Amino acid sequence: MLKPLGDSAILIQLGDAIDPALNQRVHALSALLQSIPAVIETIPAYCTILVHYDPLGTTYNQIKNLIEEKISHLDESTHRPSRRLEIPVLYGNASGPDLEPAATTLALSPSELIRLHSEREYTVYMMGFTPGFPYMGILDERLTLPRLSTPRTRVPAGSVAIAGSQTGIYPVDSPGGWHILGHTPLKLFDPLSESPFLFAPGDTVKFTPLPEGEGQG
Amino acid sequence: MIEILDLTGIATLQDSGRHGWNKFGVPTSGAMDWFAYQAANSLLNNRPNSATVELGLGEFTFRSLRNTVLSVTGAGYEVENYIWTFPLWTTFYVRAGWTVRVKKINGGNWAYIAIAGGFDSPVIMNSRSAYLRGGIGSALKAGDVLHSFTPTTDLLKLAARDFPVDKFMPYSQNPTLEVIPAPQADWFTPEGIRTFYESEYTLSPSFDRMGYRLQGSPIKKAITKELISEGVTVGSIQIPADGQPIVMMADAPTAGGYPKIANVARASLPLLAQCEAGVSRIRFRETTVEEAHEKHKLLCRAGF
Repeated sequence: MLKPLGDSAILIQLGDAIDPALNQRVHALSALLQSIPAVIETIPAYCTILVHYDPLGTTYNQIKNLIEEKISHLDESTHRPSRRLEIPVLYGNASGPDLEPAATTLALSPSELIRLHSEREYTVYMMGFTPGFPYMGILDERLTLPRLSTPRTRVPAGSVAIAGSQTGIYPVDSPGGWHILGHTPLKLFDPLSESPFLFAPGDTVKFTPLPEGEGQG
Repeated sequence: MIEILDLTGIATLQDSGRHGWNKFGVPTSGAMDWFAYQAANSLLNNRPNSATVELGLGEFTFRSLRNTVLSVTGAGYEVENYIWTFPLWTTFYVRAGWTVRVKKINGGNWAYIAIAGGFDSPVIMNSRSAYLRGGIGSALKAGDVLHSFTPTTDLLKLAARDFPVDKFMPYSQNPTLEVIPAPQADWFTPEGIRTFYESEYTLSPSFDRMGYRLQGSPIKKAITKELISEGVTVGSIQIPADGQPIVMMADAPTAGGYPKIANVARASLPLLAQCEAGVSRIRFRETTVEEAHEKHKLLCRAGF
């Protein structure tokens, strides 16, 4: 389903749910759209893609037809091989101040919570909110928690956190309402680097617990 | 090359924006008023993507360290050079050592100060546009020296040019903005849609480069479920629970979870950008993508 969003973007709606299979179609289609010359960039999200196009380089009907053609080839196209990243995480204590309270609320031990969070592979559904923030899912349903009732005014960069059915990592110090389970020493956003972002939408991610005393660098 | 002597309000370097990073959560940024920005560069034969100083709601006093030609466009300012006062949308020759002040007067929010050759500054992720919330670039301050590229046109040929802005951009305290219905337009009641197109809105004083919050009759929704976050763009008009529209501007987040009733057309964005908080009365008129493309093309052809 295609609808205009203003005079230089089109929203493609592939479904209406937060669902891993649907989100894979989103990323596969987003990759296919890059070959359309008038496309400036795309924003793949959970179940939609926003396509920015150059209004001086195409008409609405032309770009709409080109997108529809790509959608018709979506199912036969081989899905873009997604990258798989291992993210080291130091769980608990000062690195993850919400680990113990979250475990208590969920009626789990902290080590069970760590196991359930780190044994799954997640997909980066979309990025946003702040530059480089990966929205990942789906969490084991035993880890589902509402957001903090009072968001923190400052969550340190590298904080690994959960909320609802999702997990994410704060790329820069920012306010935040997710439960902080741990910290990764990896840098998620470096504007001066050739490739400024650690993650890309569609990536596969797995967390690896670090033994205590490591990962503080 | 200029040296900033005094500065109030907010001033940053802005170009035509940072493209290709939206999917990573980086806004496009760039000038709030794309028309005034392009005109400022066009007056000086600068390359279309050249960086300009964007001055918001303040005054900017600088000394030129070289002989050069400058242009200032936008709304709500004038230029003072000792005993002379220049209107905006003109170019003027400035000798090394002269002091120039860009002064806030009535109406408008943003002025664009372009220099022959264009300002030179570090390119971060393919753009010179500052995005302060993301730690990209920095706010300009007194004492900063801004470098510029060597102009390709003889300075004397660039001086004393006028841009006939009145012919192209109807800046107004009471603009009617052309909008295209957005993907969730059917989430609103027929009464809500009527409210949106038939009543007047004012700009809240807490506006910034990220978004313009409007105040007026609340817009009623028929569907109240949560929207799954999806991409938004400059001009997207989101309606949160209180029914008061928020228009996404240059530094807006790349995605949002509020339903969108409509999207401001490119040709109308400069009019909104320059609306005065609490004073301007803003109305909306529905248009089609095709009509919006025609107007945008006319502006681009006629204006530059």
